Amino acid sequence: MTWSIYLGVVVQGVLTGLVYGLMALGLSVIFGVVRVVNFAHGEFAVVAMYAAFLLFRELGLDPLVTMLPIAAAFFIVGFALQATLINSFVGRSEHEQFILLVGVAIVILNGLLMLFGPDARPANLPYAFDSYAIGPLFIDKVRIYSAVAALAIAAGLFAFFRYTVTGTAIRACADNLTGAAVVGLNVKRLYAITFGIGLACVGAAGALMVTIADAAPNLGPAYTLLAFIIVIVGGLGSMAGALVGGVLIGVSEALAGFIIQPSMKSMFSFALLIAVLVLRPHGLLGRRA
Amino acid sequence: MIELWRGLEPRARGLIAGFFAVLLAAPLVADRYLVSVLTLVLYYAYVGQAWNLMMGYAGQLSLGHALYVGLGAYAAALLWVHFGIGPWLGVLAAILLAMAFGAVVGWLGFRFGVEGVYFALLTIASAEFTRIAFDNMGFTGGSGGLFLPYQRERLGEWWNLRGGQLVFYYAALALAAGGVVLAARLSRSRLGYQWLAVREDETAARSLGIDAFGVKMKAVLVSSGMTAVGGVFYAFYYNNLFPAQIFDIERSIELILGPIVGGLGTVFGPVIGAFILTPLGESLIALTARLDAPGAKAVFYGLTLIAIIYVRPNGVWPWLARLLGLKERAP
Repeated sequence: MTWSIYLGVVVQGVLTGLVYGLMALGLSVIFGVVRVVNFAHGEFAVVAMYAAFLLFRELGLDPLVTMLPIAAAFFIVGFALQATLINSFVGRSEHEQFILLVGVAIVILNGLLMLFGPDARPANLPYAFDSYAIGPLFIDKVRIYSAVAALAIAAGLFAFFRYTVTGTAIRACADNLTGAAVVGLNVKRLYAITFGIGLACVGAAGALMVTIADAAPNLGPAYTLLAFIIVIVGGLGSMAGALVGGVLIGVSEALAGFIIQPSMKSMFSFALLIAVLVLRPHGLLGRRA
Repeated sequence: MIELWRGLEPRARGLIAGFFAVLLAAPLVADRYLVSVLTLVLYYAYVGQAWNLMMGYAGQLSLGHALYVGLGAYAAALLWVHFGIGPWLGVLAAILLAMAFGAVVGWLGFRFGVEGVYFALLTIASAEFTRIAFDNMGFTGGSGGLFLPYQRERLGEWWNLRGGQLVFYYAALALAAGGVVLAARLSRSRLGYQWLAVREDETAARSLGIDAFGVKMKAVLVSSGMTAVGGVFYAFYYNNLFPAQIFDIERSIELILGPIVGGLGTVFGPVIGAFILTPLGESLIALTARLDAPGAKAVFYGLTLIAIIYVRPNGVWPWLARLLGLKERAP
């Protein structure tokens, strides 16, 4: 029966990985278009976790529902942040953008610490420990729900970029900035929309994350790094790559945590990141720059 | 050194000599707390200088310099704890170990053309990988930490960095001053100009016959070796080492804020940056102590960073130098 245990671990890894992938998708979209590396990405995810946690504890609203208003709120925050602060840093050197977003990350992380303290807050959903029995496998309900939600959002985003005028315009900015400006696109506004979309992904992913992990401020830097690993492994700027990368990292962490020991699970992610950077810098699904 | 000194305008000579004299005499008037703050300032000035050589001059963005601090600290501390070998000898082992790791990271990055943000991620990944490895290694104490024993009878051995606050203050002052001199010399050397050429336009530099790979490797080696010396200081100053603290990405970020705020690619930028940021952090601790909200200090710190990078993207030093009537020879 051991194979079914391993299979179970892999399936859980895939499901968690899809939520990771949604978070990383936000980072990938922002970098692919605005060319700014969002070093505060994980911190935003944790803010969404706290929002979902509070809405559940105070009002009893399910994170799978509140995910949508949280994503909408995050869109507005992202739009405002890009329009007011980050737009003036576009095209400036990498270390300046880095300092700006590290500043944002520090403010968010410690703001959360001031408001909620350092302790982890479990959401305790009523169905948190329910599971479906599929053949010999037992799979957590919450993981299935959140994975399906993550896939649905990613599909919606894909359709947006493919079929809407705004989405096409944003892709044009990513492909050829000068050309986009020449044909009269309002690049700054499109950048703000893109940053908003990126944060909306994080907002939704963070709300989903509450169903499988406890909210704590110090998760921020860890999630930022996680998102980076996923995006680089999958290929920066590739939407499908972010999801594939997420699944890959989810599975490798689940297996490493199960076979070796939990404290070493992210070591494999970092080793994978180094290998991908060196051997295949455009990622598994990314296009060669 | 004498040539460097001669090359300065009289006004700069006066300011530098005055500043150094004040620092030398500071413990005479400053109380214990102030001396400890100044020690930290000088430590950050030194490690910031080491990072600045790689980023400010050679243009290679490393976000994993905690790796070299940690390796230096662990190398010297392990030699001291297990073999009784003092830091004056251990520092050599620390430098060599950090340079070996630096060579691996640099080789992977430069040989395979990993650039910009990607190179930065490579350095983060290397530091994090090492952090988790140290967490799980038995002979370094693992995640439980490594402690330098308190030995009363050795307290006078200043050459082994055993002693009171003053020993560490002057050690840090020596490091910071040495760092400034080294950076000044390097920035006016052949290698320094090659670094600038590679930073500004690597293709053009190569077409002039500069071995870009070799030049960048030298930058990593010099920077990692220098940073390791800072790590040795850290180990003997704090007497305890935890992988989760010393290799943490937060340490790497702390280390590079000074030179960025002070001014990248300038000799005095890292020093000025350290003198702005460390006292700022300390006074924020004092100001927000009454608020009883952990994190309040860091929130202000983050806001200050955003403000500084928004208003003075080139750092404070170029602006300050103009204010003081100095011209920093533009690198």
